[in-house]
Amino acid sequence: MPTVKLSFTPAPAHVRTARLVGVAVARRAGVAAELFDEIRLAIGEACSRAVSLHRDHAIPDLIEVALADDDRFTVLVTDRAPIEAALGRALADPSDLADTVALLEPGGPADGADPAAEEAVTVGMRLALLAGLVEDLSVRPADHGPGTEVRMSWPTSAGRNGSAGRGSSPARGPSPARG
Amino acid sequence: MELSLSTHTVAGHLVLEVGGEIDVYTAPQLRERLISLVDGGARRVVVDLGRVEFLDSTGLGVLVGALKRLRGVGGELSLVCGQERLLKIFRITGLDRVFTLYPTVEGATAANPDGSS
Repeated sequence: MPTVKLSFTPAPAHVRTARLVGVAVARRAGVAAELFDEIRLAIGEACSRAVSLHRDHAIPDLIEVALADDDRFTVLVTDRAPIEAALGRALADPSDLADTVALLEPGGPADGADPAAEEAVTVGMRLALLAGLVEDLSVRPADHGPGTEVRMSWPTSAGRNGSAGRGSSPARGPSPARG
Repeated sequence: MELSLSTHTVAGHLVLEVGGEIDVYTAPQLRERLISLVDGGARRVVVDLGRVEFLDSTGLGVLVGALKRLRGVGGELSLVCGQERLLKIFRITGLDRVFTLYPTVEGATAANPDGSS
């Protein structure tokens, strides 16, 4: 159940807005402050990925970001690109992407330093950052229509994370005895 | 915050001081500046990330492109970065093995002295 929903046209300028909103909602949700940097970066990467897919395929549709404040702070970024486009990129060759030193070798992805090579490096770095930063990360087909969903979540502060009930949590104290 | 770019020369090195946020929106400005520096003859380039508040994969792609471009013409690119949150990004992506990262501009220029004279 989204707490905040945001839709934006696939323009790079709006990615920053999504980052700012995302961190603002995370703060309100009670996420630990030391996680804000990685949340900012992860939301930016997920949104940049969506913008890039939309632009590559000339898809003017809005990109959707849903931020939920439940047991965990959950971010869902949905694009509308053809599923095979998203998978093609994600599965390009993970071993290539892992070996960043190879980027600089002749014939490697960055050979010639042309824009396409640079884009290939960017895509590789993006996946490395998402996978490296976000413990709870999944990419799957969108529920409705074409596209993929990037889902990420982070814990909220103690007392709200886990089985605690909604609303104001009671003051800490001994649990009621069970009889 | 927008990207800010300014250049100065230190010990024969061209230092590009970057401030603000390097992301999918601002990275093209950084790319254009780096290309124009190399086209203008700069070979020993130091990119100072000391005032960078945000760096994403697009920015990393631009830096890798610039490194490749400089090496292609016999030059070298060094990075100045002392911020842990940025260093973490280089470690996660493995780019800490591709770039030489220095904590200060002085460290970067001293490590690659101008050997042309």
